[in-house]
Amino acid sequence: MKVTMTVNGRVVAAEVADRTLLVHFVREVAGLTAANVGCDTSSCGSCTILLDGRSVKSCTVLAAQADGREVVTMEGLASGPDELHPVQQAFRDEHGLQCGFCTPGMVMAAVSLLAENPRPTEDQVRSGLEGNLCRCTGYHNIVRAVLAAADAMEGMEQR
Amino acid sequence: MSIMGTRVKRTEDPRLLTVGGTYVDDIRVPEMTGAASVTFVRSPLGHARITGIDASAALAAPGVVAVLTVADIDDLPPPPPAGEPNDAAPLPLGGVWQEPLLAVDRVRFVGEPVAMVITDDAYDGEDAAELVSVDYEPLPVVVGPEAALAGESLLFPDAGSNVARTAGSPADPAAFDGCEVVVERTISNQRLAPVPMEGRAAAARWADGKLTVWVSTQNPQISRFIMAGAFGLDPGAIRVVAPDVGGGFGAKIGIDRDGLLVAWAAKHTGRALRWAETRSENLVGMTHGRAQRQTIKIGGTRDGRVLAYRVDVVQDAGAYLRLGGFLPFLTCTMAVGPYDIGHVETAYRVVVTNATPINAYRGAGRPEATAAIERAMDLFAAEIGMDPAEVRRRNLIPADKFPHQSPCGARYDTGDYIGALDQVLVGAGYAELRAEQARRRERGDVVQLGIGVSSYVEITAADAENGETARLEVHDDGTATVYTGSSPHGQGHDTAWAMLVHDDLGIPMDKVTVLHGDTDLIPLGIGTYGSRSLQMGGIAVHRAALDVRDQARRLAASLLEASEADLELDTERGLWHVRGDPASARSWADIAGHAGADGLAASVHYDATPTFPFGSHVAVAEVDTETGKVTLVRHVSVDDAGTVLNPVLAEGQRHGGIAQGVAQALLEEFVYDADGNPLTGSLADYAAITATELPSFELLARETPATTNPLGFKGIGEAGTIGATPAAHSAVIDALSHLGVRHIDMPMTPMRVWAAISEARSHR
Amino acid sequence: MIPAPFTYRRAWSVDEALELAGQGGDDAKFLAGGHSLLPLMKLRFAVPEVLIDIGRLRELSFIRDEDASIAVGALTSHHDLATSGLLARELPLLAHAAGCVGDPQVRHRGTIGGSLAHGDPAGDLPAVILALDATLIALGPAGRREVGAAEFFRGLFETALAPGELLTEIRIPKPRATAWSFQKFTKRAIDWAIVGVAVQGGNVALVNMGPAPLRAVAVEQALAGGAAPADAAAHAAEGTSPVDDVNADRGYRQHLARVLVARALAESRSRT
Repeated sequence: MKVTMTVNGRVVAAEVADRTLLVHFVREVAGLTAANVGCDTSSCGSCTILLDGRSVKSCTVLAAQADGREVVTMEGLASGPDELHPVQQAFRDEHGLQCGFCTPGMVMAAVSLLAENPRPTEDQVRSGLEGNLCRCTGYHNIVRAVLAAADAMEGMEQR
Repeated sequence: MSIMGTRVKRTEDPRLLTVGGTYVDDIRVPEMTGAASVTFVRSPLGHARITGIDASAALAAPGVVAVLTVADIDDLPPPPPAGEPNDAAPLPLGGVWQEPLLAVDRVRFVGEPVAMVITDDAYDGEDAAELVSVDYEPLPVVVGPEAALAGESLLFPDAGSNVARTAGSPADPAAFDGCEVVVERTISNQRLAPVPMEGRAAAARWADGKLTVWVSTQNPQISRFIMAGAFGLDPGAIRVVAPDVGGGFGAKIGIDRDGLLVAWAAKHTGRALRWAETRSENLVGMTHGRAQRQTIKIGGTRDGRVLAYRVDVVQDAGAYLRLGGFLPFLTCTMAVGPYDIGHVETAYRVVVTNATPINAYRGAGRPEATAAIERAMDLFAAEIGMDPAEVRRRNLIPADKFPHQSPCGARYDTGDYIGALDQVLVGAGYAELRAEQARRRERGDVVQLGIGVSSYVEITAADAENGETARLEVHDDGTATVYTGSSPHGQGHDTAWAMLVHDDLGIPMDKVTVLHGDTDLIPLGIGTYGSRSLQMGGIAVHRAALDVRDQARRLAASLLEASEADLELDTERGLWHVRGDPASARSWADIAGHAGADGLAASVHYDATPTFPFGSHVAVAEVDTETGKVTLVRHVSVDDAGTVLNPVLAEGQRHGGIAQGVAQALLEEFVYDADGNPLTGSLADYAAITATELPSFELLARETPATTNPLGFKGIGEAGTIGATPAAHSAVIDALSHLGVRHIDMPMTPMRVWAAISEARSHR
Repeated sequence: MIPAPFTYRRAWSVDEALELAGQGGDDAKFLAGGHSLLPLMKLRFAVPEVLIDIGRLRELSFIRDEDASIAVGALTSHHDLATSGLLARELPLLAHAAGCVGDPQVRHRGTIGGSLAHGDPAGDLPAVILALDATLIALGPAGRREVGAAEFFRGLFETALAPGELLTEIRIPKPRATAWSFQKFTKRAIDWAIVGVAVQGGNVALVNMGPAPLRAVAVEQALAGGAAPADAAAHAAEGTSPVDDVNADRGYRQHLARVLVARALAESRSRT
């Protein structure tokens, strides 16, 4: 079947098998390989992207379900090569990544979390990321990064 | 001002945070266009004879290129003959214990690869794999070390036993004479799954007499040599590339049978191939960690002096002996830990069972050692009614006794164990924690408080004699390139090696390119495991930088027509000049441009001896005594790995290590049922720890430099895990000690904890 | 990891959904948020030949105040339930429980209808619906049907929905007693409930204490008879048939049921 969606502002259309998962559409058809497949039980969150502005596990969505919709991946966050999104910048500043495999999903989950709760407590950040597994960082700096991003984004709004 | 010890952001991150890393499954190079996909057919049974494989239905399915079984592997040399069993050799045993590539006539664990299906499209792979019909004749399954020792069913009948190795000292009947108090217990160090976020993956292409293999590995050079031996190829005919690697933790050391099969199949079929396992495959097909049963015996005086300690290890190595055959040797080498104990005995047996093979997993044999001695110290403390921190203080090797030859064979280089213990107790506010615990006990609160204390020492770069390589080139445009044999999977090598070059030579970090992972560029090297990167790979880079500096001094002397003794290298600005004459300054570009045909470069192979980082942890846990639910409320640590190059990187390693250590204590266990079927074979069931189960950690800084290398580095990668598990474990038991609970086997799941509480209460 | 091949059909109206279901027969399944069905299909435990995507039926996503009751469309996401001001005021038990389902990403996609139709006794919402005495409304080849929550959950992954029937709405009477509590006991926050308890007034429902969610009838009777909550809670395990699994055995689940019912009753009463 034919599936058309907007990915990071660009229209992407292709004829794909009905059973194509959104994560594979993004990786193989749209050619954006940041979102990763880390499990097969919707547990790990490495595939997290935004669908119509909300974080979803793209391994548990059919490309067909995203037909006509808007997808944003980590590659679409920065406004320019030197203008990282505050969440990206905060992950950099706080060393919120090591091997980087969980990072695209973690970043998108954080973007969605902050869109819904701009001033989360540490506990809210931790439970907000319960669907995202990381094996390298112990989450400590990821949490710091999300809290720092929240501060930065609040500061930006006030300006 | 030196960059050493300063907080430097990672140079890896801009790429990882914008376009993301390039892991094996992301490789899109032109030569892999049109690659076919590999899907494995794996054994659904724990132990069975294979009586037939019928691939006809699979071959008839759409998009199937080939179905390969052991019958197709007709173009490889036989495996080498088995070596003599050697305690200290980490190589797997061969001979009767030989692990095949594809299963031959028997499967020995759920997940063992039996056949390979090759399809044009990745999506067709699982469909076709389902159509491969394998006939199995079930055999009695051996689950757990007791069944293995009983020997009623043998995995390798030709071996005559399930016991692959036995070593150590027999128990001296007089060892514990003179001990006023003796405590003995058999405890479990449970089987774990490493769960790197990227599973195993490989891509391969055979063209023009050369095999190119991209593989998610910690050791590209070692992988190349493994393949050369396995395939009967000259190493020069193989190129291995480790692109970005999504975590390894020891489970991606070298290349395993599945990866070898992908590479072989690419050569055998002539098709470029890609493979990335699913998580369910990863949980049974990648190796597991730990899985020791330990009998500990500790004895001493009533005033807290430990006189004797014995540990007997039974290592469940799983179905095949990979590093599982070697890890108990490391456990026994570090058995006595940081303590001064007069009489220490160790022994181990390695058994095979119908389970996933055991390999290294963060700590690789040393967490097991620390967990055992720390449990023993706590049991001893409980028996004599002494505070567990005080018992440790009375038995830790004092700071003026280094280097210290341990009775278990290791020579600890530098340490201040009592200092680390005192530091963590102060940092945790130990006295106030005990007071709060007492208040809650007095009130009979439902939620009780427990405090766990651990002290540890561990061995890093245990194979330092194998060395590490580095090549440094300074180019005539003033940039530099580092070729390192070390191979990262998240540690931040690019940043760290650039820092070292900058510190030694003054070349700005953003002008230093660090290359790794490609055997065409770096044919010799060891890679990353055993927390060796900084002390081996980093010092190799440092040595190369000093070599380059010496060459540069001669070149500068010629260029400036001055004597070498009058020259100075300004390492802040990267300029060579005559002392007292800043106007004479020449840049690295100038110097390199003045070098001869060979350019300005140095290649180093550096070897050393192991180092011994150490530390102490305090974990604070709350236990809901009505449900058994555990909450880790604080975790404080001192992890001393010598000189810290970049605190950002060191802290990150400690955080990650603590999380995995706590995970073992509180949550994770890989479980099989009585038929050898995994009960925790997906991430929905295997309780990998998430952000909600952990607090933010409190890290305290301490640096006792190593003496084995000029910069004083030890290894930090595994230390956090080693210290964290016993502290978190002990905290839970401590919360219930007033009820009479002395021990609960890990992990501290709610049901286990509640069962211990129920049992203790029923005795009152 | 990859579902077995199937044919995807998309419904743009409820009528079309029913029509497509009729055509597909036993081999067709409705796809709402997909977070109960797709995970099963990816592991090939479910292999429907036809998937009817009803995710575009916006008319089935609503939360409406209907005076004596609240009407919730079957395609309302857990996220929308958890963040609804109306539910926070009128049915905080449902809002809170919806916020406990899975993780944020799951809640953005999963729907109440999907969860209920799936009929997993370890799910959070079936027990809540039971405790709230809800009525489930379905449309099918035989027309419109109303089923009380007590009759809806038949067994393990088995509901009263007939083949080709689409759950469209859940109607929940506004509770007279405002005391509520939801206790979800897990090993990790992300896990399915080992045991869960939903309390609304004198209604007590249990999660994962049998092949279907069930009301703790003995507890309710004790409460109605004037027993103190702590004493009533002692009956929590009566009539239950919990399983043994890697997280808990029967005895532990029964113990947890008693503890959690006591805590739920105490917490609920603190909210009046």
